[in-house]
Amino acid sequence: MILTGAEILIRCLQHEKAEYVFGYPGGAVLYLYDALFQQDDIRHVLVRHEQAAVHAADGYARSTGKTGIALVTSGPGATNAVTGIATAYYDSIPLVLISGQVATAFIGQDAFQEVDTVGVTRPCTKHNFLVRDVHDLALTLKKAFYLARSGRPGPVVVDIPKDVSNARCEFDEKEFSKEISMRSYNPVIRGHQGQIKKAAQMLLEAHRPMIYAGGGIVLSDSAKELTRLANLLGAPVTTTLMGLGGIPASDRLYLGMPGMHGTFEANMAMHYSDVLLAIGTRFDDRVIGNVDHFASEQRKIIHIDIDPASISKRVKVDIPIVGNVRDVLDQLIRQLESGPLPAQEHTAGWWTQIEEWRARQCLAYKPSAETIKPQFVIQKLWEITDGKAFITSDVGQHQMWAAQYYRFDQPRRWLNSGGLGTMGVGLPYAMGAQLAHPDAPVVCVSSEGSIQMNIQELSTCRQFRLPIKICLLNNRYLGMVRQWQQMFHGQRYSGSYMDSLPDFVRLAEAYGHVGIRVDKPGDVEGALREAFTTHKDELVFLDFQIDRSENVYPMVPGGKGLTEMVLPSEDL
Amino acid sequence: MRHVISLLMENESGALSRVSGLFSARGYNIESLTVAPTEDASMSRMTLVTSGSDDIIEQITKQLNKLIDVIKIIDLSEAPHIERELLLIKVRATGAAREEMKRMADIFRAHVIDATDVSYVIELTGNRQKLDAFIAAIDPALLIEAVRSGACGLGRGERVLKI
Repeated sequence: MILTGAEILIRCLQHEKAEYVFGYPGGAVLYLYDALFQQDDIRHVLVRHEQAAVHAADGYARSTGKTGIALVTSGPGATNAVTGIATAYYDSIPLVLISGQVATAFIGQDAFQEVDTVGVTRPCTKHNFLVRDVHDLALTLKKAFYLARSGRPGPVVVDIPKDVSNARCEFDEKEFSKEISMRSYNPVIRGHQGQIKKAAQMLLEAHRPMIYAGGGIVLSDSAKELTRLANLLGAPVTTTLMGLGGIPASDRLYLGMPGMHGTFEANMAMHYSDVLLAIGTRFDDRVIGNVDHFASEQRKIIHIDIDPASISKRVKVDIPIVGNVRDVLDQLIRQLESGPLPAQEHTAGWWTQIEEWRARQCLAYKPSAETIKPQFVIQKLWEITDGKAFITSDVGQHQMWAAQYYRFDQPRRWLNSGGLGTMGVGLPYAMGAQLAHPDAPVVCVSSEGSIQMNIQELSTCRQFRLPIKICLLNNRYLGMVRQWQQMFHGQRYSGSYMDSLPDFVRLAEAYGHVGIRVDKPGDVEGALREAFTTHKDELVFLDFQIDRSENVYPMVPGGKGLTEMVLPSEDL
Repeated sequence: MRHVISLLMENESGALSRVSGLFSARGYNIESLTVAPTEDASMSRMTLVTSGSDDIIEQITKQLNKLIDVIKIIDLSEAPHIERELLLIKVRATGAAREEMKRMADIFRAHVIDATDVSYVIELTGNRQKLDAFIAAIDPALLIEAVRSGACGLGRGERVLKI
């Protein structure tokens, strides 16, 4: 049948079973918006800034595992979307961004709202396309979705000039439904059996095994496999900021998060293990700290990842295994189950050591009856939501406190910008998660700095009646910057003080929401309960006035090694 | 160490900028880069000369492979291979220098492909060292301008880059 480009886009989105498109209209996408208006399968969510459209689509993807979709216009629409795209790229989130472009005849003429979108987004997308001919549109969109979700997932941009969205061509539904294949793109799914045998043998012989799992566990939905593997080996597990919930935090094998603000036990076990099994993770600087220090202790490393380029990039590994994490874990589990498993005594000494490290209680903090401790807010939040809420965060101290003190038992419950570290993701992530899970509690843990980077989305939340709970840990400082300035810059608090803050309660009310300010530790629990009961169906903005000088511990200072942590008691 | 990497890419617009962008973004060296469609117009073949430690070269090939448009890669310098580069050089050719230039071109098996009353354009094909040697052999005062194509390469014998 003959369709316009805009109608072909709708067909493709329907074919992908799209539920939501997060977007913002403009001149170059008028035909696309017109086609969206004339159908009922896909719901358009009008955001208040394009950056939030991409973050919301990203949050939808993170919380469901499906591909997020965003739609923006040309020029500033596309450039506003770039931070969102880069954020998704860093954390390997499947996302398709449709951007409008000026008509093909105007491309290169410096037309109104023209920008080289493909050029601008090239370094922060998995791939991108400019569709110059409507005949290429259907296949290009199909490729875009295939690329976004397969292999190591990532954002893909499809730039559609205005005339292409209005041009007509034959659309062959049957042809379109065929399986896609690309000669230049064939991600490896199953691991090399020989390497898996070697890895299993090495793990069985280990006296101090350690599993270090990252976002790849969550992205490939392998939480069950990871938990099974750890139990088979009796090995301790640490999950990175991106891997939280990859194994239940309540599991005794779980040691918490590694890295700069990881736990004492996780970092010590990473460092002193004799066999380290790295799964779906990339040894980044916030996890490993100083690479030379990490290499100063001898250990064997097995690394499973779908992206060969992530293997031996920063740290040399002994057994690389390229493949999809879930498939490789399945193979590894089967290999281990085919022979005798290690006796408990094999790792008994290791566990004695680990329990000693654990007994240090590195996350203990001094409670206060006068000022609200941020850790206390997160602990109460965990209690009241039964550990089952979707928690989104922005970036900074509050992000670390949420990661440390909310104990995630399930994957896809923790949404944050791990790689790029984008302030302002929290509220749009919560929008995406709440739309995907309308009946689940969704909480945005944020701060007075980060929340203001996308505060306009309170309006979107009102329009779509999203009952998100915002827990603002308000210390009137850009806290993480202040912490570094206190520790490494002679307490010169350059630019980190937040003056002239709005009255967040009245701000929330102005947008039609509920605002609650909490000043006393004794009121924390009551305010949270009120938010989740009395105002269950409303957006509640909880402004917690926290201890201004609280720091995040433990901390591995920049350039230091994992065993050189600063603990709150600083008694190392 | 110097490496000559050959790759086949989909002949899409922007393919070249994906490769050059990768090199600048990750801070890899790039000595030369040549690209053109080959017998199959749907593909471009690129020869890329770079240098770096084994770790860096490993990352370069992995990162290139990761580009969606890249179909296949080989590191030619890992095994016997042939490299050729084209040099076009314009020199003054008057008086005694005119004869001298022709002689020098003959010694290097180069060709004079354009001549005016005062200048020659000389074409020379060879590996990098041969081209360097020819340029070094010419009196700099007589050299007007020069252009080099960057290296093209093929593996010897059975070693082929083809899909």
